[in-house]
Amino acid sequence: MPAKKMTGSQMVLKALSDQGVDVIFGYPGGAVLPIYDALHQQNALRHILVRHEQAAVHAAEGYARSTGKVGVVLVTSGPGATNAVTGLTDALMDSIPVVCLTGQVPTHLIGNDAFQEADTTGITRPCTKHNYLVKSIEDLPRVMHEAFYVARTGRPGPVVVDLPKDVLQAKGDAYFGPDQVKHSSYRPRTKPDPKAIEKAIEMIAKAKRPIIYSGGGVINSGDKASRLLTRFTRTLGAPCTSTLMGLGAYPASDPQFLGMLGMHGTYEANLAMYNCDVMINVGARFDDRVTGRLDEFSPNSTKIHIDIDPSSINKNVMVDLPIVGDVSAVLDALLKAWTKGEHSLSQRALKEWWKAIEAWRGRDCLSFRSVDSVIKPQHAIKRLYELTKDRETFISTEVGQHQMWAAQYYKFEKPRHWMTSGGLGTMGYGLPAAYGAQVAHPDALVIDIAGEASIMMNIQELSTVMQYGLPVKVFIINNQWMGMVRQWQELLHGGRYSQSYTASLPDFVKLAEAFGALGLRASKPAELDDLIMEMIDSPRPVVFDCQVDQTENCFPMIPSGAAHYEMLLGPDDKAVKPVSEEGMVLV
Amino acid sequence: MAPKDLSIERRTIAVLVDNEPGVLARVIGLFSGRGYNIESLTVSEVDPARRQSRITIITSGTPQILEQIKAQLDRLVPVHGVSDLSQKGPSVERELALVKVIGKGNKRVESLRIADIFRARVVDSGLEHFIFEMTGSTDKLNVFIDLMRPLGLVDVSRTGVVAISRGPTGLLS
Ligand SMILES: Cc1cc2nc3c(=O)[nH]c(=O)nc-3n(C[C@H](O)[C@H](O)[C@H](O)COP(=O)(O)OP(=O)(O)OC[C@H]3O[C@@H](n4cnc5c(N)ncnc54)[C@H](O)[C@@H]3O)c2cc1C
Ligand SMILES: Cc1ncc(C[n+]2csc(CCOP(=O)(O)OP(=O)(O)O)c2C)c(N)n1
Repeated sequence: MPAKKMTGSQMVLKALSDQGVDVIFGYPGGAVLPIYDALHQQNALRHILVRHEQAAVHAAEGYARSTGKVGVVLVTSGPGATNAVTGLTDALMDSIPVVCLTGQVPTHLIGNDAFQEADTTGITRPCTKHNYLVKSIEDLPRVMHEAFYVARTGRPGPVVVDLPKDVLQAKGDAYFGPDQVKHSSYRPRTKPDPKAIEKAIEMIAKAKRPIIYSGGGVINSGDKASRLLTRFTRTLGAPCTSTLMGLGAYPASDPQFLGMLGMHGTYEANLAMYNCDVMINVGARFDDRVTGRLDEFSPNSTKIHIDIDPSSINKNVMVDLPIVGDVSAVLDALLKAWTKGEHSLSQRALKEWWKAIEAWRGRDCLSFRSVDSVIKPQHAIKRLYELTKDRETFISTEVGQHQMWAAQYYKFEKPRHWMTSGGLGTMGYGLPAAYGAQVAHPDALVIDIAGEASIMMNIQELSTVMQYGLPVKVFIINNQWMGMVRQWQELLHGGRYSQSYTASLPDFVKLAEAFGALGLRASKPAELDDLIMEMIDSPRPVVFDCQVDQTENCFPMIPSGAAHYEMLLGPDDKAVKPVSEEGMVLV
Repeated sequence: MAPKDLSIERRTIAVLVDNEPGVLARVIGLFSGRGYNIESLTVSEVDPARRQSRITIITSGTPQILEQIKAQLDRLVPVHGVSDLSQKGPSVERELALVKVIGKGNKRVESLRIADIFRARVVDSGLEHFIFEMTGSTDKLNVFIDLMRPLGLVDVSRTGVVAISRGPTGLLS
């Protein structure tokens, strides 16, 4: 019996459901009307109508990061596709699996400057992991399944499938399922080389001052990877630090956790990185926010780097032992080999190491002075953490000081509960990412910790959360300034505050009300807790205008291009400082 | 930390790719986007049945950059394999040039004489011009073209280098 004829649009939807997709984030337009028509005639797939295509991609990222599944986007040709570009770049930088379906003008018009034509595959080539232009309905099922496979496997990333309108309207009978698609050239390596494991065990066994530097790759690898990371760290008795992207992979409350490292990382994490003798990088990419000045980055350590992407290895920092593979597979192999060989670290050396670390920890680098007259931003996030930590809470952020304070003061115990734009640093990411997570976790508490400047970049998305009754909370750390910009101007540009003050801000309470959400405002520390509780207890979307000290800076800070030991701990530190004694202790 | 080697090396890299639309743009975009050098790049389909093309790239950089280039190429989805011919062992490298020279009298005779020495073939001639075809190493072609310059050289068209490893192993083995 010949297979039933399907239109291209029906094949697209069939492929989505065969890939286990239950929700897509999108915005209609001429070129994708056939898909919207097909969507209208079914109930299996849920469509969330966004208010801007950039937000559709961020929402898909929030969905993907909080579930471990692929996030799916549907936008029209031309402006729909170009609006999605920032989101795609964001997903590429942070290794988030997204499939973005873009409409395209019919094949016979491609290249004619047709209405709403853009060279989408050309524009998105450098900002996707891969992209496809489907020129015939025969290719459609294969391309759809390949797109998901490529997005999800190896180092995850965004994939664009550009769909000309005539292909969507054509009829074909050649649909097939995902299991029939094998890729001939793309085969990422997941299992580590046993020789590398052996070598790693030898190196680790000799360590006197080991450290585990974990990153977003642990989250990418799945929950099992986080469990293995915890076990591995505890088995060794070594300290563990994490990048911004890896927060939650190792429980923050554990005494072996040193907090985040890097530019706004903790004193103890950065000095431990500087002074360690064996560094085990687990799924992190030696980003410049982390390494600071390269020639001073952990100069005396033997470095082991676990990464699924060979191009991450020796890109910024030359390492002694690369282990190419999936974090779960590698940690599993390491743990087995370690236990089998009955290895253990020198307990005497470890004790000395922890003594040094505890001394750095004793500096209490995240302390700040609270006052009664004005809310300190750090205090606001600390209270938010205390009042939400016993619930199932997902946190997203925008970009700026508030993002760093969130990373420093909110303690993540589990993976996939923290969504932030790390690599691209995209203001406007947080609100759509939050509702993307809320769609996947309808009963959870989802909070976007925002800055008042960033939130304006995708504020229209309040309309989306209202339409679908998604009870997202937008917690604005309102300092009236583009705080992070102001901080750099203060510290590095002689206090010339060029264009970083946000005049004419809206009244956020009234703005919330205009959208139909609940608006709350706090300006005194004394009222903060009650208002946060009101926000949490409300079943509605909430915009919380938390008016904070406008002059506060984010510390610790390693000025860019400086070394780990050149950290500024507070407002009284000067930018260019001689090497501190602590930094030199073990050198 | 392993020491960093800052010496600049020249490498010939062969890449086997699916011959699909945009694949060359992907490779070139990778080089321009990441600031890598391309001295020469050639591409042609080599296996019509499997629709595979072979790209030969001559590039230069520090050993660290060269490793990056190979890893970045290998990570492109339509890439089947990357082979560093300069590292793999001896290889054969060839380039073809078509060289048009115009002139009369002594200059014309001299150009023909030099072409003969270089074993260039005449593929077209008239009373006032020759087109020479020459195959060889890039250096040899350079020398020949330089000699032709004062003798009435007007046009040069070169293929860029194609290369293959010596011995019994293929690119993917
Ligand atoms: C204002 C601002 C300030 C910042 N300050 C800091 C800071 O102080 N500290 C900080 O850490 N960051 C900071 N960042 C973030 C920074 O820019 C980078 O995004 C971040 O450091 C990268 O994290 P990562 O190394 O974990 O890599 P990711 O970007 O998460 O990359 C993951 C790595 O793991 C690999 N990988 C993926 N999947 C797997 C798998 N399954 N198995 C094995 N490997 C895998 C990938 O190939 C990649 O190399 C800041 C960002 C902003 C916007
Ligand atoms: C789209 C975009 N444009 C510009 C920037 C540069 N930038 C980084 S932080 C920042 C200020 C953010 O201000 P706000 O949202 O109020 O957060 P705060 O730093 O005050 O907490 C700017 C402009 C960016 N990251 N993203």
